Amino acid sequence: MKKNWPLWEVFVRSKNGLEHRHFGSLHAADADMALENARDVYTRRNEGVSIWVVESKYITASNPADNGELFEPAQDKIYRHPTFYDLPDEVKHM
Amino acid sequence: MKNENLYNYILGIADNSLILGQRLGELCGHGPNLETDIAMTNINLDLIGQARSYYQYAGKLTGQDKSEDDIAFLRLEREYRNVLLVEQPNTHFGYVMVRQFLFDMFHFMLMEKLQHSKDETLVAIANKGIKEVSYHKRFSSDWIKRLGDGTAESNAKIQEAINDLWRFTDEFFQLTEADKAMVEVGIGVDVSKLKEDYYKKVSEVLEEATLQTPENKYFTKGGKEGLHTEHMGYILAELQYMQRTFPNMTW
Repeated sequence: MKKNWPLWEVFVRSKNGLEHRHFGSLHAADADMALENARDVYTRRNEGVSIWVVESKYITASNPADNGELFEPAQDKIYRHPTFYDLPDEVKHM
Repeated sequence: MKNENLYNYILGIADNSLILGQRLGELCGHGPNLETDIAMTNINLDLIGQARSYYQYAGKLTGQDKSEDDIAFLRLEREYRNVLLVEQPNTHFGYVMVRQFLFDMFHFMLMEKLQHSKDETLVAIANKGIKEVSYHKRFSSDWIKRLGDGTAESNAKIQEAINDLWRFTDEFFQLTEADKAMVEVGIGVDVSKLKEDYYKKVSEVLEEATLQTPENKYFTKGGKEGLHTEHMGYILAELQYMQRTFPNMTW
């Protein structure tokens, strides 16, 4: 093989009602092959009911060098968590 | 044995899965890349799983408490009923895919019909197996199209593999004595009736893959009667080694 096949990211929905989650990546020549490969590599132990694949190059990632400005300002703002309310006992699953 | 025809009929189906599974198993860790390696091993495990179900059923029919391992590992070469196609060697990936494709197309049609057998156990195995086989067919057909309609080199290699393996395809449609007896009682599938449809469907895929359907009329056969090609002995040597060296061993 002169060139490797492009890389794809695989998202699997493990149950109806749950969201697709990132499972990993794989190589494939096109989208159809990526789906079949994802089926064989990531769902052979009954992990899923639906698969999304997207070519990795279409994912825009944040730069780790920017972590300071992107994420640190949130660290001392714990009041953004909804943990300062007294919930009545009748409210479940919050 | 009371149900000897049924027993032989079951082995005729099961041995194809066992031997093709063994062939694919040889490729474990040797696939062209990680993804196809796992895919071929998955197909292998599907086939071995199906073979197990058949052998467990066949074992009960013997009335001698034979286990699936006894039937899978302890027969002589002449007692294996698989078609010659499935024992052909793994030469290159394209060749493996053509072998798989030619078998999957037949296997799927057989499973479809077996779902309407009068034998409940065979119906249950077919119902479970057809979803697996349906995927095998999709996987191998896709590769035939990719390689056929790929580069000049991949097209030439695939065409050569088809021309080489074509002579084994007619054997699918030959009826053994056990086949005839089981067709008569509504348990077996009359494979001779699948022939026309098989070649039509195979040709459609080949055409889509820009490949030529071979026109040669020379076909070879014998596997179903226990007369195998020279490759079979080597397959069995590896397949049977553990059980023959350490009798009754288990995992």
